Amino acid sequence: MAPKLPPHHPVEQSTSATAGGQASAHHAPPRGILRWLLTTNHKEIGSLYLIFSLIMFFIGGIFALVVRAELFQPGLQLVNPEFFNQMTTMHGLIMVFAAVMPAFTGLANWMIPLQIGAPDMALPRLNNFSFWLLPVAFLLLLSTLLMPGGGPNFGWTFYAPLSTTYAPPSTTFFILSLHIAGISSILGAINIVATIINMRAPGMRMMDMPLFVWTWLITAFLLIAVMPVLAGVITMMLMDINFGTHFFNAAGGGDPVLFQHLFWFFGHPEVYIMILPAFGIVSAIIPTFARKRLFGYASMVYATASIAILSFLVWAHHMFVVGLPLAAELFFMYTTMIIAVPTGVKVFNWITTLFRGSITFEPPMLFALAFVVLFTIGGFSGLMLAIAPADFQYHDTYFVVAHFHYVLVPGAVFAIMAGVYYWLPKWTGHYPNVKLAQWHFWLSVIGVNLTFFPMHFAGLAGMPRRIPDYALQFADFNLVSSLGAFMFGASQLVFVAVVILCVRGGEKAPAKAWEGAEDLEWSVPSPAPLHTFETPPTFQRHEH
Amino acid sequence: MTEFERRTPEANPGVRRTVVRSVATLVGMFAFAFALVPLYDVFCRVTGINGKVETTAQAIVHEGVDDSRYVTVQFITRNGSGLPWNLEVETRQVRVHPGQSTEVGFAFHNASSEGTWGRAVPSVSPSNATRHLRKVSCFCFEEQHLEAGERLELPLVFQLSRDLPPEVNTVTLVYTLYPVTRDEAPLQARATAGKGDEA
Repeated sequence: MAPKLPPHHPVEQSTSATAGGQASAHHAPPRGILRWLLTTNHKEIGSLYLIFSLIMFFIGGIFALVVRAELFQPGLQLVNPEFFNQMTTMHGLIMVFAAVMPAFTGLANWMIPLQIGAPDMALPRLNNFSFWLLPVAFLLLLSTLLMPGGGPNFGWTFYAPLSTTYAPPSTTFFILSLHIAGISSILGAINIVATIINMRAPGMRMMDMPLFVWTWLITAFLLIAVMPVLAGVITMMLMDINFGTHFFNAAGGGDPVLFQHLFWFFGHPEVYIMILPAFGIVSAIIPTFARKRLFGYASMVYATASIAILSFLVWAHHMFVVGLPLAAELFFMYTTMIIAVPTGVKVFNWITTLFRGSITFEPPMLFALAFVVLFTIGGFSGLMLAIAPADFQYHDTYFVVAHFHYVLVPGAVFAIMAGVYYWLPKWTGHYPNVKLAQWHFWLSVIGVNLTFFPMHFAGLAGMPRRIPDYALQFADFNLVSSLGAFMFGASQLVFVAVVILCVRGGEKAPAKAWEGAEDLEWSVPSPAPLHTFETPPTFQRHEH
Repeated sequence: MTEFERRTPEANPGVRRTVVRSVATLVGMFAFAFALVPLYDVFCRVTGINGKVETTAQAIVHEGVDDSRYVTVQFITRNGSGLPWNLEVETRQVRVHPGQSTEVGFAFHNASSEGTWGRAVPSVSPSNATRHLRKVSCFCFEEQHLEAGERLELPLVFQLSRDLPPEVNTVTLVYTLYPVTRDEAPLQARATAGKGDEA
């Protein structure tokens, strides 16, 4: 399933060769499993991240399908409520920390050095370490499901005291796994910042960088700023659980509401960590297939930076019902609504780029266009939730579930898939199968809307989230949602088929695989050789 | 080797500088997360948000009684978790004038067969009344120890200051009982005793 990288010596390895391979490690890279364990190559590590993320996407997806299967009909049919809670929690944790974030890091590893003309990431060995922390973290997290008392069951937001006083005994392992995953993200972010700031091709100014690089630079700053806060919060939880402190325990003078403030101070920037790189991918794809320069390059950069800065000022909009004073409700309501302005600038720029373009509908473009439409729907429901008095009704209902799935599934996940289809020719040297990719797209886009659109109505009608059983009047909405979810889940098997077929063969792609593609990655051969830009490229500035 | 070194720009001074700054930011943000805990507490106390009241005795303010208005003060007592105690209040609500000092009796009762430590944590609603509720004497300033079946009557003496916002007609004071685990009780008892001396 690994994208076929041109190996140094395409021979079948023999197991006895590893000892000799280690001895001369600097000359002949180790082969077989050690090649992947010890690799410091940004392309190989990028592939590892992407494969890991795809596997986790399916594991998290199976958890989601357990949830949807139980909700197919009212009443308790398949699983007991305790296990249901573990499934909703693990689905969220796996999708956020093990699927979406590593997928973007994988794309960053593969593409940022190619897009800025660097030979590799700035810290290649650290890069290897950040990747291999991830399987450790998430094997540990998944193993909690088998522990006495079960895995985490308090929702992916792990609010205290549910996650401290009333938590299952496995919570300490959950905290440890989140610490490891957080260290991995932080190290990855430091590496990306160091690469972008120091290793651009001569002559490439910051404002010449492709938007995927820009959005990732800002995302990496967000990661460096907020992942330590998450680490702090879970450390406080650890101490509350094991060492008798009272950070979040009212009995000892602590405050459970403080947990929510700290969590969302991390959590809201985290939301943008999962969407800003998606903006970058879409900003690369739309100009390519509209055969026009991106409209408003500078405004895209400033909009991204504004969203990142504002993300630190809006955290309490997740907490409108905890009993905030009126002044705070108003402050967080207005700052949240202001975010719609830079986001609107972005959507405007994408649409204006399309305007009078020579548009073709290759698979990456299909996903990018679906992203623009469906992400905007998610943005609008976010605006509805931002209205504090209205949020009192929507809070913790399926309306919220519909909102964040619209921005994360046809938002972040579709952008990742668009990026994969866009760069697959560069990775494998072959175009993906268009017919299969179109099947994947249409099944996904119909499945996603069948799953999540009815949730808006269920939520407005009052269906609470995180429940295994529900009142009878929600039965029809849930039936449609469950059918859509199974359709969406099954259609991702088509995606796997497309990727495997593309790695194995297909129509040969030239260096510049797409007619309208301009960035530096299209100047190296397809598939990209293991080492690129060992002598810096000559960067041609074009007016944005 | 030369190829390896050329492709390993870890020695690049720019990269080194970026990494040092990033790590400094990391450490700073981790410390900031912990600094937020006392900052949050101070912020809530100063603004009165979150119903947090002073946990030390305050002196009574002799400013005369405002006869022109009545404010209803309600008392709610409840049991948090895991403490087999009852907390009763002699009256559910009193009507007072701002500035007037009032005493209300509370009774703790340990219904279990062993002695335990407990604590009543106060909270005031609405939050803009928090800073105007001055407690002269309160059992909530310290932990209590009750023997099996023991009943303990303790007074609350409070005063609403005259600058209570005019839109506040009702102030609710909630006491929630929490257990205090035995091994940490002496430590906290010492801490609260220290506070009492200051007052």
